[in-house]
Amino acid sequence: MRVPAVVRRDLVCQQVVELVTAYLEGALSRSGRRRLEKHLGGCPHCTEYLAQIRETIRLAGRLTPEDLTPQMRSDLTEVYRRWRAEG
Amino acid sequence: MVALRPAVAAGDTLPAMESDAELLRRLRAGDEQAFVTLVERHNGSMLRLAASFVPSRAVAEEVVQETWLAALRGLAGFEGRSSLKTWLFSILVNRARSAGVRESRTIPVADAGPVVDASRFGPDGAWLSPPEHWIEEAESRIDAVKLAELLRSALDGLPARQREVVVLRDVEGLTSAEVCGVLAISEGNQRVLLHRGRGKLRQVLETELGGGSR
Repeated sequence: MRVPAVVRRDLVCQQVVELVTAYLEGALSRSGRRRLEKHLGGCPHCTEYLAQIRETIRLAGRLTPEDLTPQMRSDLTEVYRRWRAEG
Repeated sequence: MVALRPAVAAGDTLPAMESDAELLRRLRAGDEQAFVTLVERHNGSMLRLAASFVPSRAVAEEVVQETWLAALRGLAGFEGRSSLKTWLFSILVNRARSAGVRESRTIPVADAGPVVDASRFGPDGAWLSPPEHWIEEAESRIDAVKLAELLRSALDGLPARQREVVVLRDVEGLTSAEVCGVLAISEGNQRVLLHRGRGKLRQVLETELGGGSR
């Protein structure tokens, strides 16, 4: 089994998936970003992986919060009135 | 709720949705309806966030109530440097953390494992078992309600710290700086937690929706 060199070797897929979030966060160095994009350019699987992470983020953003229940609404109105009474 | 809003001052146009700042101004002036509107706007997000810290729905509701009361009491000190939502979340996280301790829910640190199982790569680090397609399937094969349920349960399955970060970033749409402030964690820690959390959600979606038999 080859041990990947630390320096300037092309990135392999297993490294790329661990760098995806740093990439999306803009946290990679310029050279790091270039190496990652070079890999993506030649690797449909990692490109698919990145697209899936983006889709995961998009779907999470579509989750809607629950509606206020009548019970919570009246509890919170009570909270407000308690606060007002504190003067 | 069908109720007429109070008349607006001359020269104002009736906005489709009042800003938080305007509602806060009215709230400070003693307008209960402004409070109700703020509650309607933010309570659902707060409840969801609280639920990611504490184990039971009842405790989450309690934490949210405490948060609103603390926010009302701290109203004079809110200077609008952050958004109201971020400020409410910060209060809530403090309350929820202490409630979470009361409920003795352990808060594990980020697990250190890889985001994709190592067995899916060959010795050269290239994919042996590449990602299965599911993006198109996500919305065509199962309906929106089931998809939401799937995501919710996947979120529930995350370690608490990862869930908190993913909920704030990806569900609530806060920036990384806001999340770091709300949770009092470093940028690097936030990124690691986000990375693990997103990776696990993706894996759940692949497992549930992917074509293969893994």
